[in-house]
Amino acid sequence: MELEVQGKRAYVYTAGHAIDAKRPAVFFVHGSEQDHSAWALQSRYFAYHQRNALAPDLPGHGRSAGPPLTSIAALADWVGALADAAGFRQFALVGHSMGALLALEFAVRYPERLSKLAVLGAAVPMPVSEPLLTAAHADDHSALDMVNVWSHSPRAQLGGNTAPGMWMLGMNMRLMERQRPGVLYADFKACNEYAPAAASAARIRMPALIISGSRDRMTPAQPVGEFLAGIAQASTLTLDGTGHALMAEQPDAVLDALIDFL
Amino acid sequence: MAVPKSFSFDTLSLHAGQQPDPLYGARATPIYQTTSFVFKDTDQAAALFNMERAGHVYSRISNPTCAVLEERVAALEGGVGAIATASGQAALHLAIATLAGAGSHIVASRALYGGSHNLLSYTLPRFGIETTFVDPRDVDAFRVAIRPATRLVFAETLGNPGLDVLDVPRVAAVAHDAGLPLLVDSTFTTPYLMRPLELGADLVYHSATKFLGGHGVAIGGVLVDGGSFDWKASGKFPTLSQPYSGFHGMVFEEESTVAAFLLRARREGLRDFGACMSPTTAFHILQGIETLPLRMQRHIDNTRRIVAFLAAHEAVESVVYPELPSHPDHALAKQLLPKGCGAVFTFAVRGGREAGRRFIEALRLFSHLANVGDAKSLVIHPASTTHYRMDEAALRAAGIGEGTIRLSVGLEDADDLLEDLSRALHASQK
Repeated sequence: MELEVQGKRAYVYTAGHAIDAKRPAVFFVHGSEQDHSAWALQSRYFAYHQRNALAPDLPGHGRSAGPPLTSIAALADWVGALADAAGFRQFALVGHSMGALLALEFAVRYPERLSKLAVLGAAVPMPVSEPLLTAAHADDHSALDMVNVWSHSPRAQLGGNTAPGMWMLGMNMRLMERQRPGVLYADFKACNEYAPAAASAARIRMPALIISGSRDRMTPAQPVGEFLAGIAQASTLTLDGTGHALMAEQPDAVLDALIDFL
Repeated sequence: MAVPKSFSFDTLSLHAGQQPDPLYGARATPIYQTTSFVFKDTDQAAALFNMERAGHVYSRISNPTCAVLEERVAALEGGVGAIATASGQAALHLAIATLAGAGSHIVASRALYGGSHNLLSYTLPRFGIETTFVDPRDVDAFRVAIRPATRLVFAETLGNPGLDVLDVPRVAAVAHDAGLPLLVDSTFTTPYLMRPLELGADLVYHSATKFLGGHGVAIGGVLVDGGSFDWKASGKFPTLSQPYSGFHGMVFEEESTVAAFLLRARREGLRDFGACMSPTTAFHILQGIETLPLRMQRHIDNTRRIVAFLAAHEAVESVVYPELPSHPDHALAKQLLPKGCGAVFTFAVRGGREAGRRFIEALRLFSHLANVGDAKSLVIHPASTTHYRMDEAALRAAGIGEGTIRLSVGLEDADDLLEDLSRALHASQK
């Protein structure tokens, strides 16, 4: 469906369902240079299991009007405005990578609005290497090549996808290539500059789940930074042998963890 | 900083799509010769049926052995995924049926495999799908033939049997300007010689029976989606951009931004038409793909020697091979097919149909049969076999004469092949 958020058109995947105000809502937020389809399996499951599942395309990504927002704080506020437009005061929030930073920042800013928080592929801070930032700034395809290789575990580089017949690296590359010029740089810059005070994690008091991949080279699971360690009610799950593309590499394990948690 | 590299073509040929069997550690791809798969519980069953979880339900829709093949070919082509089918013809039909319906129109090259020509010319019109055939060397002809009802542009990377080299980038541009996808049959080239998706094609299919399998033991096809075509922006493909009542109102291109075509093709085309591949066939074709780079190079090496031999032989009227300067697509071939122009080509023996008959019957190593892309060398007379349904004008348009002989050069010792050809040419002139 499409909603108007902060005066611009926003696309939100709901598995074709209309919003049902009587049911709780779960928002799924994608990472850099991605769109809602990064959450295809997980969001579809919840949409068919007594929830409103809303997986937006962030501003400037996929089908949502641009431009991309340039800070994690602005993205967090945008999700708040999206939830307002959809009619939800309180909801569960699930984010991956840049979407995880957005979710953490939202939890810091508006803790009363979240019933639960789940972050995947999260690292705080989330520095982006200079060569990658430079290539992204130039909209050079080498930036996508770097992201694609570093986002997948050594195992996933050879495939064996749970989704029959789908070549994971090809899918991720094509999805990134579909995003507009400048989006990757805006996303990476926002991630790179995000530096919350460690003490602010104390504001995150709702139940939280942190899922990471043991072979994540984009946002390594270890060491756990001071910020994530400061979330009081956090439980953690590390998926063995999995890279940054957690939802693609281990769709069932991610879904099972979210079903248990949410 | 050096850009990190993913695995190369040769490595992907051996490994892509497969992890060692987690239960027993089998290194080779196991043949999951089963119709169906036991559900863990009722919730998982429902989730699999409703595409909330990925996995296998019934082997007409997907199967683990076939999935390895699909993923491997997708990796080699640089696509987002693939669907294995019962044959190359089934792959072509699946592509068309996913995008077109009654009232639709296709613009196709006139230099096609006889079976494809038959499907488009005679069979699909019964279902309301019309085709306009054009000269694949005339890029503007594709543009002129496109109508409001056109839903697909289709050609072979190397036309059959005249080896017309398709100018993929320019034909793709014509298709894209009209909001249409370009589908190519890449059977003769395989991803070893050309990766059409990188050149602008949107969908690629193979008769895997040929070079991919390579050993002449299994019939199969593979249809690959490049994932670049924007079905929503085109506005011509309601099968992908509108709710589908055959699957809970699913809008395929919302469900998957880059793989909407494959979702629909699998969830409708395989489900309803049912032209799936057998797991044992997938295993056979996978064995072939493991050595695809090695075999293709040998096919090319042998072909080049034979082409040179025939081109200089006094009993040979003409040789049609794009690496020869006499071929009309010689320059384009150098640009698009630098590694070689395949191992299937035609030539004409002096003396017409009768000399051709004597030539074929004198051969000992070349097998006279209706196939190409085998490890063994093959020969056929197209006018009386593969293209017999075409009338004289269509034959002429496709570059086939009465004395045209088609060779598919195999992996035998090139000297042995040359000796066989030499003897048969001598016999043809008696």
